[in-house]
Amino acid sequence: MTTLLTPETAAAEPAERPEGKSHGIDISSMGRTQPKMDLANETIALQVQDLNLYYGEKQALNGINLDIAKNRVTAFIGPSGCGKSTLLRCFNRMNDLVDFCNIEGKILLDGNDIYERGVEVAELRRRVGMVFQKPNPFPKSIYENVAYGLRIQGINKKRILDETVEWALRSAALWDEVKDRLHESALGMSGGQQQRLVIARTIAVKPEVLLLDEPASALDPISTLKIEELIHELKRDFTIVIVTHNMQQAARVSDYTAFMYMGDLIEFGGTDDLFTTPQKKQTEDYITGRYG
Amino acid sequence: MNISVKEWFKSGAPWVWLTGGAVALNVIMVAGLLALIAVRGLGHFWPADVLQADYIESDGSRVVVIGEIADSEDVPAIQMREAGLEVAEGVETVRRDLLKVGNRDLLGSDFRWVTETGLQEIEHPPHLFVAERREWGNFYGFLRQVKQAGELVGEYKVGDADAAYDQLYAELEQRLDRALDIHDQIKDIEKHEIGAINATLERLRLRERSLELKGQLTAADQADIAASRAEQDESYKSLQARLEELYRQIGRDSLVAEVSDGQVVEIELSKVVQVFRPNAMGVGTKLGFYFGQIWAFMTDEPREANTEGGVFPAIFGTVMMVLLMSILVTPFGVVAAVYLREYAKQGTMTRLIRIAVNNLAGVPSIVYGVFGLGFFIYFLGGNIDQLFFPEALPAPTFGTPGLMWASLTLALLTLPVVIVATEEGLSRIPRSIREGSLALGATKAETLWKVVLPMASPAMMTGVILAVARAAGEVAPLMLVGVVKLAPSLPLDGNYPFIHLDQKFMHLGFHIYDVGFQSPNVEAARPLVYATALLLVVVIALLNLSAVAIRNRLREKYKALEH
Repeated sequence: MTTLLTPETAAAEPAERPEGKSHGIDISSMGRTQPKMDLANETIALQVQDLNLYYGEKQALNGINLDIAKNRVTAFIGPSGCGKSTLLRCFNRMNDLVDFCNIEGKILLDGNDIYERGVEVAELRRRVGMVFQKPNPFPKSIYENVAYGLRIQGINKKRILDETVEWALRSAALWDEVKDRLHESALGMSGGQQQRLVIARTIAVKPEVLLLDEPASALDPISTLKIEELIHELKRDFTIVIVTHNMQQAARVSDYTAFMYMGDLIEFGGTDDLFTTPQKKQTEDYITGRYG
Repeated sequence: MNISVKEWFKSGAPWVWLTGGAVALNVIMVAGLLALIAVRGLGHFWPADVLQADYIESDGSRVVVIGEIADSEDVPAIQMREAGLEVAEGVETVRRDLLKVGNRDLLGSDFRWVTETGLQEIEHPPHLFVAERREWGNFYGFLRQVKQAGELVGEYKVGDADAAYDQLYAELEQRLDRALDIHDQIKDIEKHEIGAINATLERLRLRERSLELKGQLTAADQADIAASRAEQDESYKSLQARLEELYRQIGRDSLVAEVSDGQVVEIELSKVVQVFRPNAMGVGTKLGFYFGQIWAFMTDEPREANTEGGVFPAIFGTVMMVLLMSILVTPFGVVAAVYLREYAKQGTMTRLIRIAVNNLAGVPSIVYGVFGLGFFIYFLGGNIDQLFFPEALPAPTFGTPGLMWASLTLALLTLPVVIVATEEGLSRIPRSIREGSLALGATKAETLWKVVLPMASPAMMTGVILAVARAAGEVAPLMLVGVVKLAPSLPLDGNYPFIHLDQKFMHLGFHIYDVGFQSPNVEAARPLVYATALLLVVVIALLNLSAVAIRNRLREKYKALEH
């Protein structure tokens, strides 16, 4: 069932599509004119090779093969329980924390298998940052939340911390809102601010890859919009992988989209292509809202 | 309003009444308990009026009695008749009063029962005064003379003007202040300065013995020690001289007073703690005196086999023991809970350990006392003495009941509640917070230290609160592992090493038992039992409240995410 979209097959996709007439979502109204995305022209940041994942006896991911392009946004979409979050959590080995979870296959980060023996998980997680579904700021001040990852690395110089905190908060478009109350508790912020704080906290350690696990699902529409704009900004510096429930969101923010169903990767390609000319019946059914 | 019983039951009203009634009953019982010990305990300090009356004894003779009414009760007439007392026909009960007559040295006992009908011509003469003495309890009588070194200084004869009595009484108060001042000086020298010299001498002796045991005692050392010892002896001698002078001075004045039966007695002012005239006091003065008495009860040392004076050493011992216990049990319990919850592989083994820990909470406390005595004191303490304090042997240092072993035993006793509360707190930290920290490149240990443990700290404090509540009220194990009836010194003082963990100490709970049941003077001690019980409740409440305050602050700081 697995479709591996190699650069060759991606290039072989039909180049034309009827303007303004798409199957699911009218992305021309998003106001973005994009060059056609093609993995062949990209630097690859993460490579998933024949990944199988089992929770005890039950197989949750079936032979996934996937390339994540550097400095691009890759979205995982699919119905609940299709394994998109599980796959995301493989990239920073968060699944290690789950009992009875077994993984076969390889995930290469810059060519090195992150599941190889001797890999320092803490260091891997610093390089592959993650933002969760619900905002999870620590019960500390705003400043300390952002400085947390740096302090973990043993950076305690006030000047460096100050600079990095400001940079991270600015990058997360939060600086102007919180610069006067940096030392107040982060728990007093709104949900949207908290989520941007968590993003700031994650990018403060300068990761290479940013994993976003439904980052806007617990937020109101305005906060969601801010997060989406932020994702657009952040892709200049980071490789972003986002899991989302919301197809419009995937269409708006991502360059590449992977559709998953029941632990299988059904279809993977440039976002515009996938939404306008899906190759698989299942993909088409999903994005036109026939199930899921 | 006619509704059937069935409907009434269906409406749920009986259920509300039942549950509400149970709560009300609980509240009434707690309030009643507190009210009883508060009234009985605090009433003791009120300077009640002292009556003087003619009393017709059962054999018909008349005597003068002086005293304050401590208690009254109705006794069935039959019982009185059987005891050989004349009771008029048709009378069902006789009211009798317990009079505190004091003057134990003259009358043999502080209290006597009198029937209310036998008391005649009751009056409250303002001249009556009460002297609280260091020995023999209270004195009740009329002041007649004040003497200095046997020479008469002032005198009052029956029939003189009231002003003359007041003047004489003022003279007495003034001289008493001087005597009390000297008494404080003596106490200070004996307790602190001579105490420090004794401590130094003991240290010198131990150093000499220790060097001797190691075979390193050189002539130079010996000379050094001898020189220090001579120096201490010298300062001791000068202190001794000062003490003798003070003792001579304090014995200078005395008072002469007439008691109920007309006897005249002389009392040295050095033996008097305070004098007061309850019948001449207004309500305001009495209130001031009352609070002064309560303060003295909390800050003084006990006298006369604990039946008089204050309970300060017991308060101090209780608080210190509880604090030490908390300091010992918290890290121990938290570390154990962290391993059980965070590191141990959850399975049969951890379940068994949890069951064992919970059962530990159900072991009778005296069993912990026995364990503390056998393991901590005889085994651990004995070995510590062999290893670290051989110079003091055969006198034990840690091989005997003491503050540290008592705290450790109670720490063991309260360990289960701390473990259970901490585990509960750890399990409540949202998984998302832990993942957030791990996702930033923190290791498990870093996550634990920087995020999880601070967030679980309110739960740990809950454990400590429960531990304090349990430990502060425990008496049985303490009797085996360190509490004594009367400790000569506090476990914290100005002599090196300042905290004396090896010393025995006093405890409010044990004090209640001792005063109430081991005291030769039961009537005098009974109000003190209530007062001490009240104090114990207050001390525990204060300890708990401070722990609750700390917990609430932590909770505010680390309040969990609200969604």
